[in-house]
Amino acid sequence: MGKREVQEVNAGSMADIAFLLLIFFLVTTTMDSDTGLARLLPPMQEDQPDDTPPIKERNVFTVLVNSNNQLLVEGKPMEMGELTEATKEFMVNPEDKADLPEKKEQEVPFFGIQRISKGVISLQTDNGTEYQTYLMVQNELQRAINELREDLAKRKFGKEYEKLEKEEQDAIRTIVPQKISEAEPKNIGGN
Amino acid sequence: MAKFRKKKSGGQTAINTASLPDIVFMLLFFFMVSTTMKEVDLKVEVRPAEATELSKLEKKELVTFIYVGVPAKSYQGLYGSEPRLQLNDQFATVGDIQSYIAQSRDAMRESEQAKMITSIKADKECPMGIITEVKQALRKAAALKINYSANEKAEVR
Repeated sequence: MGKREVQEVNAGSMADIAFLLLIFFLVTTTMDSDTGLARLLPPMQEDQPDDTPPIKERNVFTVLVNSNNQLLVEGKPMEMGELTEATKEFMVNPEDKADLPEKKEQEVPFFGIQRISKGVISLQTDNGTEYQTYLMVQNELQRAINELREDLAKRKFGKEYEKLEKEEQDAIRTIVPQKISEAEPKNIGGN
Repeated sequence: MAKFRKKKSGGQTAINTASLPDIVFMLLFFFMVSTTMKEVDLKVEVRPAEATELSKLEKKELVTFIYVGVPAKSYQGLYGSEPRLQLNDQFATVGDIQSYIAQSRDAMRESEQAKMITSIKADKECPMGIITEVKQALRKAAALKINYSANEKAEVR
């Protein structure tokens, strides 16, 4: 072999390889994001005289969960799978039944005068209820409300609720309010 | 194709280090992006509950975590096997929540304090009794925005 100069390795493409790796890792790493059900707790009221008018029985949708994770909805046992439909019927009250919530008329932007349900969902759990069950109930109630909003958005604007403008979302939220109240803790259903 | 040659004595060649910065920057970017600050060591067992109507917790710096569950095996001798709370790195009682919330609120920027979210990470078999207590304590501490942590569940209907 002839005498030659020692060659340098061409490093020009090193940067390309580096970027390739970088992009590969960027794409493949999933940051574990936390997900959950968002809720707003009512503020603590201390020693305030309770002078709010009582809510009529027909306007309240009572959901009780006992320590065996069984549901009692409006006085009747119910399976978890039926809860969404029951909630939707309660919130909409399509036939203006006397035992389902009243409605009050209100001016809503985009919609004009609307009859808005006065219904309130009341959720009460036992101390022994499993967290998973509680979460599922919350989840089903949320789903009922989400589906109603989605329906309305599709009918009125022809778009998904998520894709609406903020004012439009606000209008829909006024018509389909999310009123879930949780009773002060009590021991129901024993042990 | 490179051919192997017999090395001549002497005449060491320097390796070209021009791309070293690239590699270093790449590693740096990678770690910057993928590292989530080490969340606390879990001393309680938390098997996440499942739900479908989830929303994401967007801003990590606004979130305070409360863990609820049965103490892990190695701590059961000391703390028993009843569900307990964990705040930061320590076991705690419901009474400690208020000061914990106040503390983490102080650590936030003033403009963001109102947006504080408390995430309750509870074991799925945890009884509601302790969670109700936690919620009452949060109400007292005026930390009203909460998030029940849950994982995505396959649609079953």
